[in-house]
Amino acid sequence: MTEQFSVHVSHQPIDTQQIVEQVRSFAAGAVVLFLGTAREFTDGRQTAQLAYEAYAEMAERELAKLIEQAADRWPIDRCRIVHRLGVIELREVCVAVALSTPHRQEAFAAAQWIMDELKRSVPIWKQEQWSDGTRDWVHPGVENRQAADETPGDRSSLA
Amino acid sequence: MNVEVKLFAAAREMAGAEAVQVSVSSPATIGTVRAAMCREHPGMAALIKASLFALDAHYSGDDAEIAEGAEVACIPPVSGG
Repeated sequence: MTEQFSVHVSHQPIDTQQIVEQVRSFAAGAVVLFLGTAREFTDGRQTAQLAYEAYAEMAERELAKLIEQAADRWPIDRCRIVHRLGVIELREVCVAVALSTPHRQEAFAAAQWIMDELKRSVPIWKQEQWSDGTRDWVHPGVENRQAADETPGDRSSLA
Repeated sequence: MNVEVKLFAAAREMAGAEAVQVSVSSPATIGTVRAAMCREHPGMAALIKASLFALDAHYSGDDAEIAEGAEVACIPPVSGG
């Protein structure tokens, strides 16, 4: 019933226990679960909540590609990646990567590589919704305050 | 030809729309569409220059030709995870 490799981009809360169960197997001596969670403080600024959006069709395709590439480098038995969209409260899970391998070193290495690549290439975007009421889309390498400045009621110029 | 470009995140909010239309001469490429977007939406130019583009949900370089009816998307620097 369980697919060996699977990905999902969804507005639903992530069931981490179910994801772990999906990657356990007789072939595996190691299961790694990585969770990315919504953090309250970034560089001293307080986050109220996060919001994510995706180019969903392409994001799922790119995630599936990452698993295939990781499986070429490490003996991954099963892998599932789930990324959440929409508004996410502090402490909630934004992304989950679970995978199983025969031994732990390759499980840690593969999960690390997948997360690094996910952050580099998968078309998903995070918006910081700060506690002062301002909002910023996170576009690494681009100064992006214009987006917030055009939002009615924005107070970033006072900050 | 007219090309519709899907927008996301800050690009979507700056344009106030899920997509923008640009008019470019045939054969259209990602590069000519990128240049037209920068011209017609100067407020977004810095973000567009930093963006990648996708054709039918595959990353594509500036030389890639856009076939009639292809889905074109502007992919600003990503921040998933």
